[in-house]
Amino acid sequence: MSEDFILITGRTREQADGLHKGKDSEAYREATALVEMCPEDMARLAIEDGQIVRLRTASDQVEVPVRTGALPAGMLFIPMGPVANLLIDTETAGTGMPAFKGLTVKMELT
Amino acid sequence: MLGILNGNVYDPLNKINAQEQDIWIRQGRIVAPEAVDRERAKIIDAAGLVVMPGGVDIHSHIVGAKVNAGRKFRPEDHRHNVRERTDLTRSGSGYTVPTTNLLGYRYAEMGYTTVMEAATAPLVARHTHEELEDTPILDKGVFITMGNNHFIMKCIRNGKLEQARDYVAWLLGASKGYAIKIVNPGGVENWKWGRNVTELDDEVIGFGTNPREIVTTLAWINEELNLPHVPHVHGINLGRSFSARTTMETIAGLEGRAAHFCHLQFFSYGKQKGKLHRSAAAELARAVNENSNVTVDVGQIIFGEATTMTSDGPLQHRLHRETGNKWLNEDIENETGGGIVPVLFKRNNPINAVMWRTGLELFLLIDDPWQVFLTTDHPNGGPFFCYPHVIKLLMDRDFRAQAFERIHRRGRKNALLPELAREYSLYEIAIITRAGPARALGLKNKGHLGLGADADITIYANLEDKEEMFARPKFVIKDGVVVARDGRIVCERPGRTLYVAPPYDPKIEEEIRAHFQESYTISFDNYAISPDHLAFGEMVPCE
Amino acid sequence: MNTIVENVTCTFCGCLCDDIIVEVEDSRIVRVRRVCANGRGIFVDYDPTPRRPTVAGREVDWEEAIVEAAMILDRADSPLIYGLSSTALEAQRKAVELADRLGAVIDTTSSVCHGPTGLAMQAVGEPSCTLGEVRNRADLLLFWGCNPAASHLRHFSRYSIMSKGTLTPNGRRDRTVFVIDVRPTASAKVADHFLQLKPDSDFEVLTSLRAMIKGEKIEIEKVGGVPTARLRDLAERMKNCRYGVVFMGMGLTMSRARDHNVRELFNLVGELNQFARFSVIPMRGHGNVAGADQVLTWQSGYPFAVSFARGYPQYGPGEFSAVDMLARREADAALILASDPVAHFPGAASEQLKQIPTIILDPMTNLTTQGAQVVFPTACYGVDAAGTSYRMDNVAIRLRPALPAGRPTDEEVLNQIIEAVKQC
Repeated sequence: MSEDFILITGRTREQADGLHKGKDSEAYREATALVEMCPEDMARLAIEDGQIVRLRTASDQVEVPVRTGALPAGMLFIPMGPVANLLIDTETAGTGMPAFKGLTVKMELT
Repeated sequence: MLGILNGNVYDPLNKINAQEQDIWIRQGRIVAPEAVDRERAKIIDAAGLVVMPGGVDIHSHIVGAKVNAGRKFRPEDHRHNVRERTDLTRSGSGYTVPTTNLLGYRYAEMGYTTVMEAATAPLVARHTHEELEDTPILDKGVFITMGNNHFIMKCIRNGKLEQARDYVAWLLGASKGYAIKIVNPGGVENWKWGRNVTELDDEVIGFGTNPREIVTTLAWINEELNLPHVPHVHGINLGRSFSARTTMETIAGLEGRAAHFCHLQFFSYGKQKGKLHRSAAAELARAVNENSNVTVDVGQIIFGEATTMTSDGPLQHRLHRETGNKWLNEDIENETGGGIVPVLFKRNNPINAVMWRTGLELFLLIDDPWQVFLTTDHPNGGPFFCYPHVIKLLMDRDFRAQAFERIHRRGRKNALLPELAREYSLYEIAIITRAGPARALGLKNKGHLGLGADADITIYANLEDKEEMFARPKFVIKDGVVVARDGRIVCERPGRTLYVAPPYDPKIEEEIRAHFQESYTISFDNYAISPDHLAFGEMVPCE
Repeated sequence: MNTIVENVTCTFCGCLCDDIIVEVEDSRIVRVRRVCANGRGIFVDYDPTPRRPTVAGREVDWEEAIVEAAMILDRADSPLIYGLSSTALEAQRKAVELADRLGAVIDTTSSVCHGPTGLAMQAVGEPSCTLGEVRNRADLLLFWGCNPAASHLRHFSRYSIMSKGTLTPNGRRDRTVFVIDVRPTASAKVADHFLQLKPDSDFEVLTSLRAMIKGEKIEIEKVGGVPTARLRDLAERMKNCRYGVVFMGMGLTMSRARDHNVRELFNLVGELNQFARFSVIPMRGHGNVAGADQVLTWQSGYPFAVSFARGYPQYGPGEFSAVDMLARREADAALILASDPVAHFPGAASEQLKQIPTIILDPMTNLTTQGAQVVFPTACYGVDAAGTSYRMDNVAIRLRPALPAGRPTDEEVLNQIIEAVKQC
């Protein structure tokens, strides 16, 4: 099963906390290796909190646990960091800026 | 040690007019011949060459928050105007808004050694000083904008003028400024409400004062503090058809107190039938001629690219609406505002034609060269490296007449300019580009070649074509060191930042601290720039 | 014996709060007040202990590390200098000088943050103001595509929503707040009005608002998922406020339309000034990324993505920006100053960074230091080194260190590298 979602990446307070503890710290790893999904989509897809899912783009794929988040249906959020960045392409459309927000990812249950 | 021998010297402050004189330099100063070991001195043979003090620019927008915003927002200004790095010099770019290193080099190559940054808001003065540190060779000073300052306006409203005076003294020291700058007094504050001022007695919203009171108060404070320069005024109504009237009223309102009116050309318009303003240069020139307490710089426009940048927020918005060109605005809390709009001055635009004419008419109708100085209000009227072009227009009436013929015919209609046959002499050029500005700025060791002066000296070939002559001096000397030869930098070195720090009653700091608590977003204790933050700062005494 | 240092500036984010109080005991910070959770991490547990630089993971003398760094840079045909945003002006200046001397490419974190904002400003301008105008005058605030509740934690209280000023004595009650975003963030919770847009629809919404303020009719019922009536309401409020301010962030710069989004916003704010005074302030992320823009601009003419390869500055977003240089394998060495691109760049670009010799200057270890050829552990400006940083509204603020310097500063190291390069 594979479903397209729109991915947003961005700051969270936990990610900032984690980076202060050190980017090689457990806190940082935990704060940046997760994906938020809205409760409606989780219910529809029968995904439980903490369940690992696979996210895939043309760049790469990652496997991360799901957390409930305040999001519209069809949207995923991953805190900015090395895990999210595996999914981001280097194409900047001549601006220098990769598409860190609003890209389409395929979500698969593992 | 350096000797400049046999040169044809023009030193108006010391009344030297084309006399053959030797100049001796030791430890960066001009000294008596006896003070120099002539065997060991380096000699420049200036026979047949014109020797003048280094140029002094009394008004130019060269560094700081506003200028840098202008650079950032105009990459198109830089792309085709680049300079490669050399072993001695940094690379750079920019035409109307050059990068700091390039600006220092180009001014020095043109024979200028002192430049005044025309307007900095005190809140962002730290930025100005940081850019000045990256502006090589030149000595500089900074004018601090105060004409829309909340603390000052509150003092005026409450009749607490001594407090305003102490505040200004504190402010100059805190911002490491050189002079009081006034820009559209009251108008910039009103722009924060979407409005402006058009008359000297118009109310400043929320402060119960007006432009007239702001100007007279700051003029009084300037005298009380014995500042080396006088209040430097960009008045109300820049560019309007009633600007000449209100500017003359502002001059009259000084009641004999000294002031400097900057880029007067932009305020010298009057109304005539139809939509085109007329040049009111004759009336303004008469006002200047009749008021010896007043000095001016012209702000001549140059046909070509320019970048308008002033603290006059409402003016800049209006320019944006009129030209349709992109617009930056910056409102600065409690102090002032500003804006930037690129413009293109064209010969065949009748408005620009009138502006061009107006500037030249001012030069030619103001009798005393000690009252009128050469600027283009860089980069508002045009780039500073066009000064040699303006010099040629002033010295060569045929060249001027040819240039006049090329402007739009509506700009030539009823023009006074063709009747003005006056040609500036080299001596007069020396006054309007160095001696006069130095004197008006209170820079005792600049703009002249007498004993004790800073050894800032420019040596020109005496060419027929005055533009060529002034564009490429043969030697430029700063603090006794040859920094440029034949229009190219041969030595890069830092220049000084000159500032004043007049005394004040320390009790004022309590009031200021409270003001910061109420209305600023930076701590009072972090606001002032400490003297040791300036790598090459020099305090000029207030006497 | 404890020393208390007041008026300390926190350099974590573009807020650059300068009212922090730091308590020091035995050369360690034991207590910090007024700082937010993000800033706390900078001060608390900061270790100023001198550490030696490393070459290929091995600790060496400073001299050896400098020489190694200079050789890497001198040998490279296409060196890239990147980062700059978390160091002080004094060091940024040196980085630009080094780039000029080497003929290197120099780019800052702006290219992956507010670079598109810079592009928009260059196209259409930017009506803006300092934060005190927000405090004192602003009665209408919009937060568009940004989430200060996560990224700039004291913004609301110190500068915007809650702050009390001369015309806003009642703070929050004197203001109307809109949050505009694709998801209900923590910032949305404190807004009076939250407009939830469909992803990648900011451009249409902004265009519609521009049309509405000019009196044009929008016939469709929704734009970007938002009922047109709500947008009309927003347009009216914007035209009739006393002083409006939009804070904008990555929601606009990082989504598909990038600089076109920002350009449309800047056009809107510009046009609003015919009706009411309006300003926009980009929410600069890092503590001194605004300073990096400033110094690179005043020395080269351009704010980011600059190449000195021809001997003079050239501007090339998309060409000389770091992600593009790395993606096309056009950098053969890199000096990373005060930044962590391995953590923040797309995976392929981070991978490429690990393939070329890199030199890092940073007070902390991070993901970029891990693979680096040369690592210089430097002092932390604002904690144990003095310097200047520029706030999000471009006001320069002096940093007041609470601790004496334990390690050399970025400025000192870069100076030594410059001198060493001259000898190569």
